[in-house]
Amino acid sequence: MKINLLRILVFVFAVFTLSIFLLSLNKVKVYDTQNLVGKNISSFELKSLDNEATINEESLKKNKYTLINFWASWCFPCRAEHKYLIKIKKNSKNLKILGINFKDKEKDAKKFLKEFQNPYYFLAKDYDGKTSINFGIYGIPESILIDENLMIIKKFIGPINNEDFNVIMKLTE
Amino acid sequence: MFKFFFIYFYILLSLQSFSFAENKKLENEIYKNLRCLVCQGQSVADSNSDFAQTLKLVVKDKIKEGKSKKEIYDFLTKKYGEWIVYKPKFNRYNFLLWFLPYLTIVFGGIVIFILLKKRKNQRTN
Amino acid sequence: MLSNTGIILIILTLFLSFLIIYISVVNIKEKNNIIDKKIYHYTFYQVIFSILSFLTLLAGFINSDFSLINVFENSHSDKPLFYKIAGTWGSHEGSLLLWINIIVVFSFLFLIYNKKSNKIFRLYTLIFQNFLILGFLIFLLFNSNPFSKIYPIPLEGLGLNPILQDPALVIHPPLLYVGFVGSSIYFSAAMASLVSNYKGKEFALSIKPWILISWCFQTLGIIAGSIWAYYELGWGGFWFWDPVENVSLMPWFAITALMHSVIVLEKRNSIYSWVVILCLSTFILSVTGTFLVRSGILNSVHTFANDPSRGIYILLLLAIMIFASLIIFFKNNKRETYNFQIQSKETFILINNWFMFFFLISVLIGTLYPIFLEALTQTKISVGPPFYSIVIFPFIVLFLIVMAIGPKISWIKGGYKKINFAIIILALSTFLNFLIFKIFGSYSILSNLIIISSIFLIIHSVYDLFGIVKKNVQFDLSRIISHLGFGLLIFFIGINHNYSIEEDFNLKVGEIKNFHKYQMNFKSLEKNDRKNYQAIVGNFILIDKKKNLKEFLKPEIRVYSSPETLTYEASIKTKIYSDKYLTMSNITRSDYYNIKFQEKPFMIWIWISAIMISIGGFIRLFKKGELK
Repeated sequence: MKINLLRILVFVFAVFTLSIFLLSLNKVKVYDTQNLVGKNISSFELKSLDNEATINEESLKKNKYTLINFWASWCFPCRAEHKYLIKIKKNSKNLKILGINFKDKEKDAKKFLKEFQNPYYFLAKDYDGKTSINFGIYGIPESILIDENLMIIKKFIGPINNEDFNVIMKLTE
Repeated sequence: MFKFFFIYFYILLSLQSFSFAENKKLENEIYKNLRCLVCQGQSVADSNSDFAQTLKLVVKDKIKEGKSKKEIYDFLTKKYGEWIVYKPKFNRYNFLLWFLPYLTIVFGGIVIFILLKKRKNQRTN
Repeated sequence: MLSNTGIILIILTLFLSFLIIYISVVNIKEKNNIIDKKIYHYTFYQVIFSILSFLTLLAGFINSDFSLINVFENSHSDKPLFYKIAGTWGSHEGSLLLWINIIVVFSFLFLIYNKKSNKIFRLYTLIFQNFLILGFLIFLLFNSNPFSKIYPIPLEGLGLNPILQDPALVIHPPLLYVGFVGSSIYFSAAMASLVSNYKGKEFALSIKPWILISWCFQTLGIIAGSIWAYYELGWGGFWFWDPVENVSLMPWFAITALMHSVIVLEKRNSIYSWVVILCLSTFILSVTGTFLVRSGILNSVHTFANDPSRGIYILLLLAIMIFASLIIFFKNNKRETYNFQIQSKETFILINNWFMFFFLISVLIGTLYPIFLEALTQTKISVGPPFYSIVIFPFIVLFLIVMAIGPKISWIKGGYKKINFAIIILALSTFLNFLIFKIFGSYSILSNLIIISSIFLIIHSVYDLFGIVKKNVQFDLSRIISHLGFGLLIFFIGINHNYSIEEDFNLKVGEIKNFHKYQMNFKSLEKNDRKNYQAIVGNFILIDKKKNLKEFLKPEIRVYSSPETLTYEASIKTKIYSDKYLTMSNITRSDYYNIKFQEKPFMIWIWISAIMISIGGFIRLFKKGELK
C-alpha cells in the first residue's frame, strides 16, 4: 500500500470521528443552565402572595444570601424538598428564602403552607409563569442561590435534598 | 435568442418591484426556531408542555413590546444557552458548521473542473 | 420453548456463516469456474434458519409469550393483532433480527442471480457479506438478544409505545431496512471487486439492480416515515430536520448519487473508483446512522431505550468496516484515465453527484457538528431547520435546473436550439410563478426562485412525457417519472410552505373564535372507551364565512394505560386543494384547551409526488427486467 498525505489524512479523520463517537457515548445527556452561575439575576417585579406588596431585586440586596425557590402546591417533588427548606430557615442566619409560587392558585398555596409550615421570608407569586423564563427556569422545583450583589452562586434543578442542604449551609456560612 | 433574454429579464425585473414579503406570522416563526428544552427534540411550536406554553406567552409579550426577532433570541440564549435556538450563531465555535458545506461545493467544483480539463489534454495528446 | 428454538436457530445461522466463509475460501483456490454446490446449499439453509428465527419471534408476539423479555417489554395482550405483529420489529432487538434477515436474504439472492459474473468476484462478495452477517449475529446474540428469557414470567406486557401504533409506522421500518441493509450487498460487492479486480461494465451490471431495489425501498421508507410524522405526531409538519430523519436521508443521497454514476460506469467504463467509494459509503452511512440512533447520542423525537454497551458494539463494528474498506480500497485502487466530453451526459451525472455530495455533506455536518462541538468544547448547540434552509435551499434552485437540462444533453447536440428552448420554458415558468405570486400573495425571493426552477423542471419532464406518447421515441420513462415527481414535490412543498395558515389559541368548551375567514366553535367534549385506550374527543365546528361551509372536526386526546401515555390525535380533513388540520391538547390545571389549527394547501400532492419519485424506480426495475 502506497502511503501518501491524502491517505494519512483520511485515516486520521476516521480515527478522530470514531473517537469523538466513543467519547460522546459516555456523556451525561441532561442539559441544564449552569452557565448562568456567576452572572447576576435580571431585574424582576412580582406581587406578593397576598397582593399587598411588590417584590423586586432591590428587596433582595438587603440579605447577605437569598435562595430563590420556585414552588407550587400541585407539585409533588416540592413537598419532598419542603422539609429541607424549613431546615434551612431554622439553621441559617445569613440566608433568607424567596418563595415564588408558580402557576398556582392563591387558596391552594395558602393551604399548602398552613399544612407544611412556611419557610419563606418573602413570598411572591408568578401565576402566568412568565417571570420563570427570566430566571432561566425549566420546570419546578428549581432554586437559585444568590448573594447580596445579586450574583448567582449556585443553581439547584429538581428538589433540594440533604446533600444540597449541606452545600447551601456551607456556601452561606 | 437575445429577444428571449430580454423578455426574461424584463419579467424578472418587473417582479422585483413588488415586495417580496413572507406572509408568515412572526410569533409562529419564532416558536418554530426554539427548542422545547424539556421535550425530546421538539420545537416550542410543536410541544404541548408547560414549559412551551410559558415560553409562548413570553415571546408574545416581547413581540408586543416591539422587540425584534434577534433581540428575543438573544434574550433567550442569555437565559438558557445556545441550545435553545435552532439556528446556531456564526461565531468562533460555529464558523466551521457554516463554512464546511460551502467548502465542499467549491472542492467538488474544482475536482470536476480538473477531470474535464484532463480530458482535453488527453485529446490533444 | 420459543426462546431456546430462537437461540438455536440463530446459532445455526452463525455456524453456517463460518462454514460458508471457509468453503468459499477453499473454493476460490480451485482453478475452475464452478462454484461448489455446497455453497448454494448452505446459503439456502442460512436463509431458512434466519427466517425461521424471525418467525419464532413473531410467534412469541402473536401468542403474547411474556417469558421473552422482548415481548414483555413491547407488547400487551390487549393490543390488536396487527400491532402485535408490528411489535416484532418495534424494538431494537427485533429490528436487529429483521436487519440480519435482510442481509442474509440479499446475500442469497445476489449469489443466485449473478450466475454470469466471475466466480472469484461472487465468492468474495459472499465472504464479505458473511463477515457482516457474523458481526451482526454476534451483536444480536451477546448484546441484544430478542430471545432472552424473563423469570418469573410476567402476566401482562408493558405495551408498545402508542405513537408507534400507526399503519404507516408499521411498514416504515421494514421498507427503510430493505433500503439500508440492501446496501450491504454492494458494499460487499465493491470490496470483492477491489480484491478480485473485477471492474468496469460487468461490475456495474452486477450491482445495478441491487442499487435500484434498495433505492426504491429506501425512498418509500422515508416517505412512510414522513407520512407517519404528519398523521401521528400531531404537529402538522412532515419533515423536521430532526437528527434521526437526517440520518435516514444521508444514505439516500449517497444511493441516489450512486444510482446515477453507476450508469456512467456501465456505459463509459469510467469513474470506477468513485462508484466504489459511493458503494462503500452508502452502507457505512447506514451503519453510522444506526449507531447514532441506537446509542442514544442524538437528541431526537425517535428514541430507542439507551444503552451505552450497545453503542460500543456498533461502534466497534463500524470501526472494523471503515478501516477494512479504507485499507482494501487504498491497496487495490489504481489510477484510471477519464474520458469525458463537456457537453455529455457523463458531465451532467457528475454534476448531479456534485450536488448530492453537497447535500449529503451539509446534512452530515448539521447532524454531527453539535456532537463534535460538545465533545471538544462542552458547548451545546442545536442545529435545526433554519440551518438547512439557509445552506441547502439556494442550491436546490440550481439543482432543479441541471436536473431538467441534464438528461436532454446527449440527444440535443449543438447549442442554439437547445438554449432557445430552455429560455422559452424559463420565461414560461417565470410567468406562471408571477401568476401564482400575483393571485395568491407574495413570498420571498428564494421561494420565487425555487418555484420558478421547479416549474422549469416540471415543464421539461411533461414535455418529455408527451414525446413518449406522441412520437413513441425511446425515452427513459422511469427517469422522467422520477424527475417529474421531484419537480412536483419541490413545487408543492414551496406552495405549501408559503400559503399554509397556522393559528394557535386557547379555548374552553362552548367558546367561539374568529380568525381569517373562519369561525371555530368548540361545541363539546365526550369521553369514549376504545379497545386499548380512552379517548377524549373534542367536537369542533369550523365555519368558512366566505363560502358558508360547515365542517366538523374531532381531534382527540388518547389516554393509553399500557404504558401510561397521552397522545394527541389530529383531526385531518383532506381535500384535493388543501388539508385542514386540528389538534387539541389539554392545559394542566385549567379548563382551557390549547387548539392548533392549520390549513395546508396541496398536502396530498406532496405525498403523491414523493411516491411518484419511487414509482419511477419501480418502473425501471420491472420494465427492463433488471432482475434476470
